[in-house]
Amino acid sequence: MTQLQQFNYTIRLADDALILGQRLSEWCGHGPILEEDIALANIALDYIGQATNLYKHAAQLDTQKRDEDALALTRMEQEYNNILMLELPNGDYAATIMRQYYYTSFYLLFLDKLKSSNDAFFSGFAEKSIKELRYHVQHASDWVKRMGDGTEESHKRIQEAANQLWPYVGEMFGMDALENELANAGYAVDRALLVDEWKKQCTALFDEATLAMPTEAWHHKGGREGRHTEHMGFLLAEMQFMQRAYPGAKW
Amino acid sequence: MVSSDHIWSILAEVSDPEIPVLNVVEMGIVREVLISDAGVEVTITPTYSGCPAMKTIETDIAEVLDEYGIPNYTISTVLSPAWTTDWMTDEAREKLRLEGIAPPQKGSADKGLLMGRLRDVKCPRCGSTETRMISQFGSTACKSLYQCASCAEPFDYFKCI
Ligand SMILES: [Zn+2]
Repeated sequence: MTQLQQFNYTIRLADDALILGQRLSEWCGHGPILEEDIALANIALDYIGQATNLYKHAAQLDTQKRDEDALALTRMEQEYNNILMLELPNGDYAATIMRQYYYTSFYLLFLDKLKSSNDAFFSGFAEKSIKELRYHVQHASDWVKRMGDGTEESHKRIQEAANQLWPYVGEMFGMDALENELANAGYAVDRALLVDEWKKQCTALFDEATLAMPTEAWHHKGGREGRHTEHMGFLLAEMQFMQRAYPGAKW
Repeated sequence: MVSSDHIWSILAEVSDPEIPVLNVVEMGIVREVLISDAGVEVTITPTYSGCPAMKTIETDIAEVLDEYGIPNYTISTVLSPAWTTDWMTDEAREKLRLEGIAPPQKGSADKGLLMGRLRDVKCPRCGSTETRMISQFGSTACKSLYQCASCAEPFDYFKCI
């Protein structure tokens, strides 16, 4: 296990957290009701905080000696390694909630395993983040139930969101040479082992919400190699604007 | 050489920027004070990963240490062990209640959370347990929004983590 491998793994987790945090923060001031506006802003803040912790750690491993701000805000699109689902535009509230459910229910299982990492930073990071994720999963699950078992319109929208996002969930469980090696070394999590439990939980929630589990077998991938959707460039343009226009700006 | 008790008492003058009725020691944010030949080392931990008050807390701690003329100090942040509402003292809980914020219940693990079972939360104004959650997320990450059915008062509940 090399320091570069550790750096690359840390960047993957950091990018996932930052890009989701950025997307969620776009709801600030636009939530469907005040309580949800506040809820999503709070949740976004948790991810941006988790991303900060991860980028700080990555900075210590970086052979180029970049600090956390440079890592978060000045890399090029191809250097970001987040999964594609998290960079997709928010869509309507059903789509945002469904992405929250798919991702947070996975991420809670992931963190529960990461807690046993033999790396002190990751076990501590997981222990901390799990406490926040429990609330995120509950928030998303409640809304999936309310919309699924709600009106005809809400049912239709949340089912559509579930179907449209489904081809992106496979990437959450994707393993490659890097993660296999780090998982075998007890440093990282074997994502493939989480699929069954995740599907079981998802099926139970969908039953309760009167939703049908999507069946599409084909899944998108590419985010881990820096191949992004056409939406990523626009997201970065907004997120990086200040640091590009005023390099090193602080306030 | 300064004593660690002295440092703890100085740190107790720093209030939590989001809940000014409590100081950072009562909140359990200050984890450790180490005194060595190299100086004073203060260790703090965030309540939530994204707590926007951490930077302010660090600055406020530095300010008060400067004010008391403490030389050679460092302030570092740790994530583990993860902050829990169980570290909040009984005195701190009572201060919260008097401020109109329902204090966190003991036992942070909140096993029922994922199952959607919520525990009875007492209204900080009238003590009634006829309360309902309006939103899991309130004015800050650490609070939920509740309303009392007995006295109709809306209030913050400091949620368990
Ligand atoms: Zn009351």
